[in-house]
Amino acid sequence: MARFLFLMVWLGSSFAQDADLDRRVHAVATELRCLVCQNQTLAESNAPLAIDMRNQIREQMKAGASDRDVVEFLVARYGDFVLYRPPLKASTVALWAGPFVILALGAWVLVRRLRRRPAAEPELSEAERARAAKLLE
Amino acid sequence: MKKAWLPLAFIALVLLLALGLRLNPREVPSPLIGKPAPAFDLPLLHAPDKRFSHKDMLGEVWVLNVWASWCPPCLVEHPVVTQLSKTVPVVGLNYKDTREDALPWLKRNGDPFKYALFDANGRIAMDYGVYGVPETYVIDQKGVIRYKHIGPLTPEVAQKKLAPLVQELRTRG
Repeated sequence: MARFLFLMVWLGSSFAQDADLDRRVHAVATELRCLVCQNQTLAESNAPLAIDMRNQIREQMKAGASDRDVVEFLVARYGDFVLYRPPLKASTVALWAGPFVILALGAWVLVRRLRRRPAAEPELSEAERARAAKLLE
Repeated sequence: MKKAWLPLAFIALVLLLALGLRLNPREVPSPLIGKPAPAFDLPLLHAPDKRFSHKDMLGEVWVLNVWASWCPPCLVEHPVVTQLSKTVPVVGLNYKDTREDALPWLKRNGDPFKYALFDANGRIAMDYGVYGVPETYVIDQKGVIRYKHIGPLTPEVAQKKLAPLVQELRTRG
């Protein structure tokens, strides 16, 4: 009986560890790009290479690698492209800052245009006022 | 006249998008260019008991060609690889294949490889950042990766890029 209990506890804890590992693998894989189907993450893709890469991640994590170690391992081989969030570097400044620059430009153009618009409404003459009142009746 | 910049901005945008469309998203720049070729020690395809390592090619400019019998583009580029192998040693890395398929494939289509290595689970290919076969690397005398081509080699790439690069690396020593 004691043996059986021990076995159950041991199995339970090893399953829990596996689930933890699964979660870690999945979390890292959602941050990485599948190089075969480039618009899918490594977690979503079922391309053979994606499966290999997930297995590689799992193996390395099992051997004690941190999430960061795993990501660095893949970046060293496949480049920054494998990251879904590109790092901020000299070559990616346009990518990160571009949308904000364009937004600022658009805002500037909009403000300028709005300012240039004649602010005062045109005054109505007596005759026009009378006509308007008639139309509204 | 003050609105002259509007069409100009539009043209600039069109040019930017056109440039983006012409880039091939499949051509992922390899971080391995200029770095030492990753170490390996693999069995030969023809002789499972013999092994071959990256050190065996030191002192020579050589080409590593990743291929598989299940890969149709590999068959397409095969004549180009065969032609290339007459001027520079080509080492074949057989990727996620079986000997039962790969050996008859070489018999059928000709074997241009000085050595054919057997990477059954693709682990070494992962070290080389392989994500779509065929892929081709030029490695210099010191074992540094100088060039990588993704996808089937065309005669143009072989003649205009690989051959001059091999020549240049050889004269540089």
